Amino acid sequence: MSRLVALLRRDLARLLLRGSGGGAVLPVLFFLSVAMLYPFAVGPDAPLLAKTGGGVIWVAALLAAILPLDRLVEPDIEQGLFDQWALRGISEELVIAVRVLAHWLSFGPPLMLATLPAAALLGLDGRTLRLVEIGLLAGTPGLAALGVTVAALTAGLRGGAALGGLLVIPMAVPVLIFGAGSLGTGGESGLALTAAASLVLLAIAPFAGGAAVRAGRG
Amino acid sequence: MQEAAIAVTDLACRRGDRLLFAGLSFGLRAGEALQIVGHNGIGKSSLLRILAGLAPAYEGIAHVTGTVGLLDERPALDPALPLGRALAFWRQLDGPSEDATARLGLSALLDVPVRYLSTGQKKRAALARLLGQRAAVWLLDEPLNGLDGSAVTLVEALAAEHCAGGGVAVIASHQPFHLPALRTLSLAEHAA
Repeated sequence: MSRLVALLRRDLARLLLRGSGGGAVLPVLFFLSVAMLYPFAVGPDAPLLAKTGGGVIWVAALLAAILPLDRLVEPDIEQGLFDQWALRGISEELVIAVRVLAHWLSFGPPLMLATLPAAALLGLDGRTLRLVEIGLLAGTPGLAALGVTVAALTAGLRGGAALGGLLVIPMAVPVLIFGAGSLGTGGESGLALTAAASLVLLAIAPFAGGAAVRAGRG
Repeated sequence: MQEAAIAVTDLACRRGDRLLFAGLSFGLRAGEALQIVGHNGIGKSSLLRILAGLAPAYEGIAHVTGTVGLLDERPALDPALPLGRALAFWRQLDGPSEDATARLGLSALLDVPVRYLSTGQKKRAALARLLGQRAAVWLLDEPLNGLDGSAVTLVEALAAEHCAGGGVAVIASHQPFHLPALRTLSLAEHAA
């Protein structure tokens, strides 16, 4: 148990507070920039912004989740940490599961907070904002799981970061369709399906990611 | 210290399409040490990774009793963290142990980020991590690389203490390593 806490604390310190990409700050700034630029691009048409703004927030959240991909798994493989963990009987699955949690904590809640100013910039009404927030709560854990899985799969490959981004996007489509779709229908079914897609990704991530790390060992 | 032993029977190692060595057998009991010698690329590091359980053996059995500590060219310390905190992470995983940083000459470097350390300093930092693990079996891959004369003597003394305490050490190095009762195994004799 104390090992679990030690792993989580290290991951959070790396992903949330520092790191080459500026910790959790960069994805949030990226996310807010998209919300700020969108009205400039389509013009100050309030009804149009309110109608499409929710979808823009979803796309921005998905892309922001991709930003830290290259530092999720690869540095630890390169530095030999995964080997040292394996020698201590700490399985790759456990490390990946903890990393999914840390990755989600480092971008999920910050993006949900940043959604408040973003919604103001796009002129979203209260109902849409509520649906976006609940949708992000249901969908971002899945995006985190997907990000860590793909990061483990592409670790060590040349151009792995770019490839990782390309791999995440198609696999994130179900979460995006159900999450953004719930805005149009206003139904709980969309949110439930977002959560379901998220759960599937969460269930697969530790095993797929752990197997990928082991397979990458020479 | 817990029981330590290594028994290798008829081991073969393959990397890619190439068979590196075959028919390798040796045994080590508590307190014994073995130096693996051989030219570059003959499979010294691969042998250590097989012993560590990090790579599969192509043929044969490598049976290792006791916890395994591996020291290779990667220190496994966060480059961005000050050395003291990077080592503290491993202490959280390995449990409290005698502080070896002073003996390894790292006391003045604890506030320095790991990425600013020199090759030899990183090697000494990795040794501190290895000591803290209190593993029964030491697998040392080129432990003397980048170390100055006094540090070499220190590493040899640490390995001697480890073996005297009932541990087992396997050292892959092409440099001479001085240890009482050190056996030498030339991988070239088993090259396929």
